Amino acid sequence: MTTTAPAPADARTPAVKRRRRPRNGLGLRIYTWLVIAWLVLPIAVMILFGFNDTTSKFNFEWEGFTLKWYARLFDREDLTTALVNSLTIALASTVITTVLGTLVGLALGRYAFRGKGLSNLVLFAAISSPELVMGASLLSMFVTLNTPRGYGTILVSHVMFSIAFVAMTVRARAVGLDPSIEEAARDLGAGPWTTFRLVTLPLVLPGVISGALLAFALSIDDFIITNFTSGSTVTFPLWVWGSTRTGTPPQVNVMGTLLFAAGALIAVINLVASRRRARRT
Amino acid sequence: MRRRLTPYLMILPAGLWLAVFFVVPLVLMASLSLQEGNLVDGFRQTFHWQNYTDGLSTYGDKFTRSLWYGLLATLACVAIAYPVAYWIAFKAGDRKSTYLFLLLLPFFVSFVLRTVSWKFVLADNGILLGTLKDWGLLPDDFHVLQTSFAVVAGLAYNFLPFMVLPIYVALERIDFRVVEAAQDLYAGRLQAFVRVVLPLSLPGVFAGVIMTFVPISADYVNAAVLGGPGNTMIGNVIQTEYFNNSNYPTASALSFTLMAILLVGIFLYARVLGTRDVLEAAGR
Repeated sequence: MTTTAPAPADARTPAVKRRRRPRNGLGLRIYTWLVIAWLVLPIAVMILFGFNDTTSKFNFEWEGFTLKWYARLFDREDLTTALVNSLTIALASTVITTVLGTLVGLALGRYAFRGKGLSNLVLFAAISSPELVMGASLLSMFVTLNTPRGYGTILVSHVMFSIAFVAMTVRARAVGLDPSIEEAARDLGAGPWTTFRLVTLPLVLPGVISGALLAFALSIDDFIITNFTSGSTVTFPLWVWGSTRTGTPPQVNVMGTLLFAAGALIAVINLVASRRRARRT
Repeated sequence: MRRRLTPYLMILPAGLWLAVFFVVPLVLMASLSLQEGNLVDGFRQTFHWQNYTDGLSTYGDKFTRSLWYGLLATLACVAIAYPVAYWIAFKAGDRKSTYLFLLLLPFFVSFVLRTVSWKFVLADNGILLGTLKDWGLLPDDFHVLQTSFAVVAGLAYNFLPFMVLPIYVALERIDFRVVEAAQDLYAGRLQAFVRVVLPLSLPGVFAGVIMTFVPISADYVNAAVLGGPGNTMIGNVIQTEYFNNSNYPTASALSFTLMAILLVGIFLYARVLGTRDVLEAAGR
């Protein structure tokens, strides 16, 4: 940028000013890295204490390196059940949410219709409502209607709070599409379903995948709404919450580490893939 | 005819889902908040508005504390996030997405586990304070847990990425040539920032404030894990009323009051700063 700037402007800029620029950037660079260090610190501690050869109930003090918690990962049956619940709920919620949310995102991105403003408003409300209020109102409904709470109520609540996020992600992708591509497919004799399957869906697929990953992450991470809708069913975050009073065992650190590694890996793959796509187009 | 119905058919399933599990629960909670009774004898609809007045007078201090913590943590988020977003948007070159990824790393660890992990770090004799005490750098009775500072810091930590992203998006969209133009017109670096960059980035700050202030004020995890009895927020009260006391009408009334306060707050805030900017920035 600076090299293409017109010469007179360059000549006018005092030399001191130009020399100050990199230094200013360096200060902010250090600041950014400090913030990143702050953000990563508790994660590093979580990973580290998964290797702690602790004997106490509270895994607070470093007592030496061990791999035994990885070997005994599934020793605590209730914790394993909680993890399995979290994973299956997240998977089911992602499938349902992706289908429902993609349809909404496409409708909002591809069509003009009455009630669009209202739909956007509902999605905005669903994204910005505090989780506490959504959880409390769901519990109020289940109490009023005497609905037994458990796996099913957790699942419906997770779908509820994820739909808007998937819809927004898909809409963002669908809005940018050139409508003439779909018209071309129809002119060439493709029916509405064929057009959707062979043209529209592949074009919005990156948005759908991002939305699905987001839905999975939201579900597996959720604590507050799950807390209100779970009854006696326990998910991984709920188990961790319950363990804060009695002492969190190192297996929690190990599971947290593995989930973290899997999530980060998928995100990196997604990042690289989207970069490739950006380069191609 | 069929084509005109298509978008409605597409939004129908999700619309029904949100109606049944988002809108109806709010209506039923409104109804429950005006009932009287207890778990054994059942609850009856008596339009008992006292649930609201009693809730506010009993727990007024918890509401104030929640909003106060929300304000402090949100301001901390703005102060921490803005320079970072600025540096990534203007100086990080082609590494932008790498830095954003690093800032989003906490999201790959469950929210509760992150907070519990801070409890590890800050424990009275944990790796941080314990080590400093061993070196004699801190008095033995020094502690961070169970203080307002721990709760506010935890809240700021957990919601920081929600502030960084909208500010980054707003800054990233600024054409840097306008900044150069300002400098060509003899604006100093500070003046160019205050009069050009800052105003253009404000919609991002507005959106970030809403996206952090609302969930922070309604949080109860940080206060429960990192705070003590003196740091109870309104979320903790609502949780206790639902689960320990089964006092559903009071809990519902408190939830509604909290939502009303936050909604009015957002409305006033958006009104003062221009609704379109806020909604536009938040929608992105």
